[in-house]
Amino acid sequence: MPEVVGVGASPKRKEDLRFVTGHGNYVADIKRPNMSFGVFLRSPHAHALIRSIDTSEALEQPGVKAVFTGEDMKADNVGGLPVGWGISGKDGNPMKEPPHPPIALGKVRYVGDAVAFVVAETVEQAEAAAELIEVDYETLPHVVGAVEALQPGAPQIYDEVPGNLCCDWDLGDCAAVDAAFETATHVTSIDLVNQRLVGNPMEPRAAIGEYDAANGQHTLWTTSQFPHVVRLLMGEMVLGIPQHKLRVVAPDVGGGFGVKQFHYAEEAVVTWAATKLGGAVKWVCQRSEGFISDAHGRDHVTQAELALDTDGKFLAMRVRTYANMGGYLSTFGPNIPTNLYAPLLSGVYVIPSIYCEVKVVFTNTVPVDAYRGAGRPEATFVVERLVDTAALEMGIDKFEIRKRNMIPTESYPYQTPVLVEYDSGDPLGCLERSMELADVAGFAERRSASEANGKYRGLGVSTYVEACGLAPSRLAGQLGARGGLYESANVRVHPSGAVTVLIGTHNHGQGHETTFAQIVSERLGVPFENIDIVFGDTDKVQFGMGTYGSRSLVVGGSALNKASDKIILKGRKIAAHQFEAALEDVIFEKGEFSVSGTDKKKSFPEIAGAAYVPFDFPLETLEPGLEEQAFYDPVNFTYPGGAHICEVEIDPDTGVVRLDRYTAVDDVGTIINPMIVEGQLQGGIVQGVGQALFEHGVYDEQSGQLLSGSFMDYCMPRADNFPDFTIKPHSTTCTHTPMGVKGCGECGTIGSPAAVINAVVDALRPLGVSHVDMPASPNRIWNIINNSGARAAAE
Amino acid sequence: MKAFSLQKPASVADAVAALGSAEDVLPLAGGMTLIPTLKQRLSECAALVDLSDVPELRGISLEGDVLVIGAMTRHTEVANSDVVRKAIPSLAALASRIGDQQVRNRGTIGGSVANNDPAADYPAAVLVLNAEIVTNVRTIPADAFFIGMFETALEPGEIILRFRFPVPDMAGYAKFASPASRYALAGVFVARTGDSVRAVVTGAASSVFRATDVENALARDFQPGALDRISIDPSEFLSDIHADKDYRGHLAIVMAKRAVQTALALAE
Repeated sequence: MPEVVGVGASPKRKEDLRFVTGHGNYVADIKRPNMSFGVFLRSPHAHALIRSIDTSEALEQPGVKAVFTGEDMKADNVGGLPVGWGISGKDGNPMKEPPHPPIALGKVRYVGDAVAFVVAETVEQAEAAAELIEVDYETLPHVVGAVEALQPGAPQIYDEVPGNLCCDWDLGDCAAVDAAFETATHVTSIDLVNQRLVGNPMEPRAAIGEYDAANGQHTLWTTSQFPHVVRLLMGEMVLGIPQHKLRVVAPDVGGGFGVKQFHYAEEAVVTWAATKLGGAVKWVCQRSEGFISDAHGRDHVTQAELALDTDGKFLAMRVRTYANMGGYLSTFGPNIPTNLYAPLLSGVYVIPSIYCEVKVVFTNTVPVDAYRGAGRPEATFVVERLVDTAALEMGIDKFEIRKRNMIPTESYPYQTPVLVEYDSGDPLGCLERSMELADVAGFAERRSASEANGKYRGLGVSTYVEACGLAPSRLAGQLGARGGLYESANVRVHPSGAVTVLIGTHNHGQGHETTFAQIVSERLGVPFENIDIVFGDTDKVQFGMGTYGSRSLVVGGSALNKASDKIILKGRKIAAHQFEAALEDVIFEKGEFSVSGTDKKKSFPEIAGAAYVPFDFPLETLEPGLEEQAFYDPVNFTYPGGAHICEVEIDPDTGVVRLDRYTAVDDVGTIINPMIVEGQLQGGIVQGVGQALFEHGVYDEQSGQLLSGSFMDYCMPRADNFPDFTIKPHSTTCTHTPMGVKGCGECGTIGSPAAVINAVVDALRPLGVSHVDMPASPNRIWNIINNSGARAAAE
Repeated sequence: MKAFSLQKPASVADAVAALGSAEDVLPLAGGMTLIPTLKQRLSECAALVDLSDVPELRGISLEGDVLVIGAMTRHTEVANSDVVRKAIPSLAALASRIGDQQVRNRGTIGGSVANNDPAADYPAAVLVLNAEIVTNVRTIPADAFFIGMFETALEPGEIILRFRFPVPDMAGYAKFASPASRYALAGVFVARTGDSVRAVVTGAASSVFRATDVENALARDFQPGALDRISIDPSEFLSDIHADKDYRGHLAIVMAKRAVQTALALAE
């Protein structure tokens, strides 16, 4: 029996049947007529001039259709890859924005930089031919670290960017912070590294370009989180294809985590090559190729200070961060360590003044951009490591110092000193609930039990707040965004009353086909199974900005809610006509239109059917049909937050950190599907713990090579690294989104790294340890323990 | 991956003939290392000779005090064999922790030992028990088999038929797996037969080796505590982003102690 499945229910996910039965349709699955295959030849050098490229032998190989270089694209007037969000420095000047050709021109700037593109009848033929391209490189000195790249005499990556400094950016009141530090009774200082990460979605990237000469139509199938934005950026700025002649399709996508929310060179190259050659050109990224061509995440070096008074109240915070951009600016690269970072440095605390400066730096590494959390995990790590260290130094309990400085619930809306105004929240409620669930009171006993076993046990806490629902266009525009950030939804009611939703967000694992259907089912009273959600195709969906920054429910769901309002209004107009009643007397409730005070009623399907059979409609005032569209642009970010507590046990013999208990209490606003929210939190926590304990994109300073370039060396978190989690919501309602939702996709990744590292430091505190860098790998922990033992022996 | 032909001989004689038939012909014994290197175009061959259909290379049996395992026996078969579990339980335990289930279903003992990856598990078992490696031309004692990183005493055209493991009085294996690859960063196999104790380290250096100081200490007292004052010189050890030399040296002793504990527990 078809039924309504509304807000608050946890139906099984609609999309999972096709995924678990192997019926997903991914880009790599797609076959097109007259399709050839392309492979990229990539630079083995971190930094080198290209003296010449000899493609003659490669071109003679069997099956080879073409070998393209950067010069070929330049000769065809192909533009550079654009940056979607610019920033300006302290001096008011815009960031340095050197050109980013899809295939390198004259110089390579990181290991993996594309040098040539070979197209052949088979992948094997293209691979074989690529090996025969002769590139004459003149290698140059390279630099892989942001701090090192700023040193005098460092290798110059761009002639037009002196000292490799893309932008010297700041936020906050420097003078007020300096004055507050003068009055402080205690100052806590820390040096942090937020290490480079590689996103590694399960599905590697892939792209197929196709050109239909008959009607001048270009199509790109791509593993993207935002096909409309790719159409805009690639069509307008790179290839000069009018938007009505370019279709971008992102079908099923196997995970994104930010890695797939950029416009990549490979998308432009296959689309352009298909235009040159006719037919279709397909490129599928190898996993090892992904390590050196997918945008990386994080990579900050930070010095931070917190000023406190005698009572441990926060007076001011000062932060200086060196952010590694890699060899080119990726689509949102410069925005991440600035606009998505510094405004979150107030955390859930009252900090009267904050000053943050960020040096955004070019290096000879893979470009760095957004990765799940994007700036906000980095900010939370700074805040929560500072707070924990201050508590330790001042002898204040770690929970007490947090409670003492938290924004009181009654102070919301709360204006921070770093731009953003939090609309709602209950950080104290989250913290207290998490302490109860984590049995903080029983920790001392568990620590003694571990000690009796020769193990160290530590408990760590992290609170967090994040800015989600990217973004209010007005604010984003003020901060340098080069496009709006609204979302659109179209609700198409069929004559049967079944519904197709066309929405501009993109589902690549988040369960939108289920969550969005629940919203429609709730609002329109339509059975859950009679609702389909369509996304990911610019020829089907009117417009959209895609999925990232925990925006899909907040912005897309709100657009869907708004379109549903319009459907209800239109339905009421049709019902009023049919009932011969006044519009204001027609009410819609639980899937039924009725006239108040009468027994006149019609079901939603009856009105839907009537909408398409307008025999007696007054056509001047009532149009046939039942289909509505809405664009929604939020007035503010949303601010999910929470408190995470974890316990670790450390084996001093091996340095292994075992995560023993993990508790998360999160305020994500209204919850549409509790099962999906819990799943998002679980996945997010695992990714954050991955950063804290396992993952590290390591560059070799000597060679400029990525040492962790495969799963043999890049350590992904795995199921056997984790205990069961305790995850509970503690929601307040967002005051400005229509359903009160705040978003949940990034919470876990933002809250967890600091909780884990605080626990590790707590465990090692008896050894005099005050900080541990991420990842807290066995070797690193053993070195710390071993050195502290050596220190103790020497004393 | 470059194109190659695939042959599936049904006898040792046919396999040897196929391997000698042309240049660039490689034996395929599970392919857990070979196939990825072919796919990455790091190696190439004209033909692969898949040994999995050769009946003489399969099977597990106990011949008196010697456990015999065919070269093409899969890790999962060793792990789940009642014969192995009873004769040398530590060997079954070792096999049960190689790679992941998919690797254990494909990988073979012969393939692993012939490849002699410095971080592989099986070479430690073969060397610690001084097993005999029986090939199509001769029998090689383990002590003379492992030459260096990815290098063994096998000659071109020579294939391993089976291993003959003398059953020890007690034995145990402990490994510290790389968090990323789960290969051994340091794995130690200890075995005691009569008064003789052997201890072999894998993962820490360029090839498996016997730790003589550990052996001597354990010969005096086969207890973890006997190693409290023993160390292994790590100056020639491997060093990478997961484990530096000193850490590997330390882990080798920790794993040796755990291997002794395991051996004692399994013997109970």
